Amino acid sequence: MMHLLYALFVDPFAQMVSAPDLLAQTVWEGFVGGVLYSLIALGFVLIYKASGVFNFAQGIMMVFAALTLVGLHEKGVPAWIALALTIGVMYGLAFGVERLVLRPLVNQPDIILLMATFGLTYFLVGLGELVFGGNPKEMITSELWLPSGAIDLHILGGVLTLQKLDIAASGIALVMVAGLAMFFQWTRIGRALRAVADDHQAALSVGISLNQIWVIVWFAAGIVALATGIMWSARSDVSFALQVIALKALPVLILGGLTSVPGAIVGGLIIGIGEKVGEFYWGPLAGGGIERWLAYAIALAFLLFRPQGLFGERIIERI
Amino acid sequence: MTDAPEVLLSLENVSLSFGGVRAISDVSFDIRRGEIRAIIGPNGAGKTSMLNVINGFYTPQVGRIVFNGATRSRMRPSEAARQGIARTFQNVALFKGMTTLDNIMTGRSLKMSRGLFWQALRHGPALNEEIEHRKFCEEIIDFLEIESIRKTPVGKLPYGLQKRVELGRALAMEPKLLLLDEPMAGMNREEKEDMSRFIIEANRRLGATIALIEHDIGVVMDLSDRVVVLEYGSKIADDVPDVVKADPKVIAAYLGVSH
Repeated sequence: MMHLLYALFVDPFAQMVSAPDLLAQTVWEGFVGGVLYSLIALGFVLIYKASGVFNFAQGIMMVFAALTLVGLHEKGVPAWIALALTIGVMYGLAFGVERLVLRPLVNQPDIILLMATFGLTYFLVGLGELVFGGNPKEMITSELWLPSGAIDLHILGGVLTLQKLDIAASGIALVMVAGLAMFFQWTRIGRALRAVADDHQAALSVGISLNQIWVIVWFAAGIVALATGIMWSARSDVSFALQVIALKALPVLILGGLTSVPGAIVGGLIIGIGEKVGEFYWGPLAGGGIERWLAYAIALAFLLFRPQGLFGERIIERI
Repeated sequence: MTDAPEVLLSLENVSLSFGGVRAISDVSFDIRRGEIRAIIGPNGAGKTSMLNVINGFYTPQVGRIVFNGATRSRMRPSEAARQGIARTFQNVALFKGMTTLDNIMTGRSLKMSRGLFWQALRHGPALNEEIEHRKFCEEIIDFLEIESIRKTPVGKLPYGLQKRVELGRALAMEPKLLLLDEPMAGMNREEKEDMSRFIIEANRRLGATIALIEHDIGVVMDLSDRVVVLEYGSKIADDVPDVVKADPKVIAAYLGVSH
């Protein structure tokens, strides 16, 4: 008994203190994963806030965007033009979703809209396979000027290895998040977006067109999906299996709250760092592999104490 | 007859039902440019449904609506807004997470035209435009005497002030027709007097034509030029306040009749 308690509560911290370089390495890797989780969660939050739809297709949008980019390049389109075309495709997708899914289903119960996004998921899987084939592909990292290789930092009495790609990914993610935040805060469209998120009827009454806002939001989510898709597939490859990563966004959303942009970011980082640190220091106790479910366990514990998430709005209903 | 006031909005034989429930049956009335028009009636008489028909939330099954000279059969709320119809809601519908100023700025949405590109850069023409509209909104804030809460998120404001901000957002649209759904509900005497003053000023100084629903009969009779009375979805009276006040049908609707 004492032995178990020691292994749980003393030994991991002793290890952290005795080898701070390993701790820093673990935290860094968790941070990079967390940044990408944040981006995926951000896509969910954008759409949920503006249209009240939990977009199950967010994961597949990420794969679809990356696949379109690589697929176009395979067919001989230069990388940067392929990127521009992919952005165009994501706009077309946003436009199509608004016209063919959201508009006909307006005022339907949430569950129907959720089911519609399931349908969208299968549609995109089918379309992607039909046009670009189902085999895993390699992301065109060097063509897009993404760096490769690693930097070794000699600090904390050891070596900290930072992949250049990871540094670039974090940088791009930060720029995107900051850009989106400023866009929401300071522009007319941003104000309209926040207005729609707060109250649909009132937004309509001042002349904001819901349809236009939906297209913009789905397009923004599409761009976020594209960025996430590029970063994530650069670390493995472009395949439909990647979409399960989007499931990791669920614990992030539970932690951060479905309606909060800062929540998505902080939640992503907590989950990312938490699962890496957990795996490295506590994983061996359970025979390893706890990374797969640790995020959900953290989220579950959170649900018990703060069901609205870290920054989500508490729903107080009057009866 | 040339000096007859111009009609801004007219509703002709409008009927609206939800499934089997008749909310409005065969109602006709008009709103003249520049007047304050009240719609009154007991609970469930169809007053709010009437406003919803006017600003496009509901489309009536039967009837004709002529606004500003153009007949329309159906219209989306955002189109109604574009044509100059603004409104406030019975249960305040503000953007609670946003500040007073931002809420009022949303009323300028339709007046701002610079493209996304400039907006994203916050530079050049878009910035000038933003400043210009900001100035306009500050004037409204001064007018409604809410300078001190300019930067406060409206969710934190007391109810009476929220109603005022909502009026400000509607005024920011520079509407041809302003629809007010119970602007004084739940207010104390002092707040009601303030609100009445703002409504009269908006009408006289800013030149807005106003249609309002209100339960406080005293306020209605003081404020409005003409009153239409609804009961169970039908029109039972339509005249100047003094005549309406004396109408036996109206008295019966409000007080009940002795059997």
